[in-house]
Amino acid sequence: MRVSRWLADRWVMIVALLVLGYLFLPIAVVAGLSLNRPSSRLSYDFNEFTLDNWRQPCATPEMCDAVVRSVQIGFLATVGSTVIGTLMAFALVRHRFRGRGGINLLIFLPMATPELVLGTSLLALFVSAGVPQGFWTVVIAHVMFCVSFVVVTVKARLAGMDRRLEEAAMDLYASEWQTFRRITLPLVLPGIVAAALLAFSLSFDDFIVTNFNAGTTVTFPMYVWGAAQRGIPPQVNVIGTAMFGIALLLVGLSTLRGRRARRAALPVADAPGRRATGPS
Amino acid sequence: MSGMANEAPAGDLRLVDLTKRFGIFTAVDDLTLTVPQGSFFALLGASGCGKTTTLRMIAGLEEPTSGQVLLGDRDISRLRPYKRPVNTVFQSYALFPHLDIAENVAFGLRRRGIRKVDGQVRQMLSLVQLDGFGRRRPAQLSGGQQQRVALARALINHPQVLLLDEPLGALDLKLRRQMQIELKRIQTEVGITFVHVTHDQEEAMTMADTVAVMNAGRIEQLGAPAELYEYPATAFVANFLGQSNLLAAEAAGPAGPEVPVTAHGARFSVPVDRARVDRGPVYLGVRPEKLHLAEAADEVPAGHQHVPGVITDASYVGVSTQYLVRTGWGSELSAFAANSGVGRQHPVGTSVVAHWDPRHAFLLPREPGQDDRTTPLLDEPVKVPS
Amino acid sequence: MTALAQLGSGTPATGSPPPARPGRHRLLPYLLLLPGAAWLVLFFVVPLAQLAAASLYDPTGSLSTGYVLTWAFGNYPEALQAYAPQFARSFGYAGAALVLALLLGYPLAYAIAQKAGRWKNLLLVCVVAPMFTSFLVRTLAWKTILSDNGVLVGLLRDVHLLGPDGRLLATPVAVVLGLTYNFLPFLVLPLYASLERLDHRLLEAAGDLYAGPLHAFRTVTLPLSMPGLIAGTLLFFIPATGDYINAELLGTPNEYMIGNVIDSAFLVRLDYPQGAALSFLLMAAILAVVFVYLRRAGTEDVL
Repeated sequence: MRVSRWLADRWVMIVALLVLGYLFLPIAVVAGLSLNRPSSRLSYDFNEFTLDNWRQPCATPEMCDAVVRSVQIGFLATVGSTVIGTLMAFALVRHRFRGRGGINLLIFLPMATPELVLGTSLLALFVSAGVPQGFWTVVIAHVMFCVSFVVVTVKARLAGMDRRLEEAAMDLYASEWQTFRRITLPLVLPGIVAAALLAFSLSFDDFIVTNFNAGTTVTFPMYVWGAAQRGIPPQVNVIGTAMFGIALLLVGLSTLRGRRARRAALPVADAPGRRATGPS
Repeated sequence: MSGMANEAPAGDLRLVDLTKRFGIFTAVDDLTLTVPQGSFFALLGASGCGKTTTLRMIAGLEEPTSGQVLLGDRDISRLRPYKRPVNTVFQSYALFPHLDIAENVAFGLRRRGIRKVDGQVRQMLSLVQLDGFGRRRPAQLSGGQQQRVALARALINHPQVLLLDEPLGALDLKLRRQMQIELKRIQTEVGITFVHVTHDQEEAMTMADTVAVMNAGRIEQLGAPAELYEYPATAFVANFLGQSNLLAAEAAGPAGPEVPVTAHGARFSVPVDRARVDRGPVYLGVRPEKLHLAEAADEVPAGHQHVPGVITDASYVGVSTQYLVRTGWGSELSAFAANSGVGRQHPVGTSVVAHWDPRHAFLLPREPGQDDRTTPLLDEPVKVPS
Repeated sequence: MTALAQLGSGTPATGSPPPARPGRHRLLPYLLLLPGAAWLVLFFVVPLAQLAAASLYDPTGSLSTGYVLTWAFGNYPEALQAYAPQFARSFGYAGAALVLALLLGYPLAYAIAQKAGRWKNLLLVCVVAPMFTSFLVRTLAWKTILSDNGVLVGLLRDVHLLGPDGRLLATPVAVVLGLTYNFLPFLVLPLYASLERLDHRLLEAAGDLYAGPLHAFRTVTLPLSMPGLIAGTLLFFIPATGDYINAELLGTPNEYMIGNVIDSAFLVRLDYPQGAALSFLLMAAILAVVFVYLRRAGTEDVL
């Protein structure tokens, strides 16, 4: 009776933790394989413990080149999509204009279209227009599919913001530009940062769209794809584990900062930012 | 403290030694009481006093740490909420936003497998005066209407006990008054036991047959509203239910029909049947509206006891004027004078004599060392839902 | 991360339309929209039109000799006929993965939203964290987990769920497992956002009104989480149907989905008309499924 009741109250949590275990299983395997000396190039099984892969992550120079290229593309795509996406979000939340429905559709559709179709249609365009494919076509493609996500993220933050703060600033003699600089921008910044991080991770990890538009340019996912046929260098797992670690570190830092900021802001208990969204 | 009967009629709700602890915090402390079938019972207390926790244990939303909840002779303490013949009107109403009003009201009936619900739903909506609202969504209704839907949704199940958790807390003052009368009417009409949790003493007194005042997980006093008000049992009740002037005094045992006391060097007395204690440190209590003001000692009616003082504040609040009178020993007494057109106004700074009929005074136990508790609460208890 | 959850929550937070501004601002919104809208038109709408055109090219042309637009609608039935099994597999695998993902994802989202208390944010990070590792690297990790001499296959053989020569890798099971795994967070986040808004007191009220846990779930939790459920289902189903990485890495040509075919049409066989026709068929099929689904689910406010 007691046991069954205990179970009845907690089975959802137990299932949830098992599912989280399932989500982390491959990560554990990746981390494990980063410490592995494979028996052959095509082996995916654990063979022998070694730290060599971490000591020489660039033992295969092509892989490190691909990582660097992915970072460059990710950076450019992030800057481009964050700037134009943020402008769009401001227009959508803060202004009246004709054609709002059309713009919303234009932003929504790329998110609902399979990546495969995004990739092949761009390929069709570039080929028929005679544009040579390479680094820049990839950047263009990445900006395109990141913009929608940036708009949605920034919009959410903007919509959750208390309009009265801006009115208060203007009441206290701030001009429109000053209000924007001193009040609006700082309050929306967490949303913009979140959007930028999202854009970077989308760009860095993209394979399908890139694969159709890269020409001979090789990004990290494309390198892994190609290597999967020829044999994967164990350093790929080092990169995978390091990415995971860096991302967790960033999340941890931002949580810590957020908590400190909240503690510092405690005296003004009901800051409206509480309801707004942003990177947690 | 409780009116627990040994032989309970079939439908009485009985709480026996009910205790609930959250970690080291004891929310409800060894509570025992009986709610007779068909009565309107109010649990009154400030936020955090344990009244809502008590209600949730009756509803089955909280499991007691120890003790029992009995309906008649049936122990329902460990039953899940959906197995209890008890329904709740929630504080926030908790109406299902995705269902229309009729479906909200029919919810309980449907869960018990009743197919034909239309007639009953219509009847219920009419009881709460919402005829024709069946097809609307909760969000389209005003607060007062939502409150009545919540009531109908619970009542349609003909529960043995209906629990009301601060049901009027979200309404504005005028609507609250209206709903108080409405609730009382419906309770009389359906004859179901109502257990009502509130922090609003006026609400409790208006509606309930019996009021239990809770403090720190225990019941301070239980009785009819007039009894609680006219003859409170503790200093807490005296000040939670309305206001009281409490003078720190010493009593030395009864002398005939009276208990003489000494307060700040002056001698007073209280009838024996108005004394909760008759020896040692006591509070001599007088309600502000029972404290009258005269301009000189010779105007004080015969048999009244009196204290001289100076008016330090006079607040005109319409039906009455509320005075603060500073006594010779420095405490301030509160006195309400009805603006009935009889009596005079007393400007600030004038000397007055505050007097009262000893039959309106009462004696309460006092911890040694506690001083006068006469600083008036200027308002009702803080309106924070518990 | 909250951003992602927001994204999926289905109803983009629009807020009430702002009050009209004085005249000098009339052009401002258009200026703000211009770069983004132009980019999307130029690199999303125009390419789609180009793809549509390519799907109607004369199929006898080639990249080297050039293509002619001959309105060859015959490309469509031809492509469909040639690759019907791959189409069926795309939807079959994605559907199976979706069912699995719902079984795993709903309890997870519910637990985080309603039961996790102060651990809520941490658990949410845990849902997203695996996505920080490259998609391809994670999928390759599944190759290790499911491999023939791995622990999992050994275990399944020991309990006779698999025959002595039974395997997981290079089977449809592996592909479905991979799809489930890779897109699960897309399902969980919007579902979480929906369930997080679910007022716990409504469940108490349902319990108070004689609804047992199952009934309360069916009549309160499920209908109120519908927007998140729909958004999550779509965010899961659309990329899963178009995916070909899992089929390539965890399956064999026998498990190839339509994505594998399109990939090779464009990059290996260089048969653009066919690739384009297949792309459009995929998009049309997905849109049809989405449309029917939205109609059945009876919610219009998903867009």
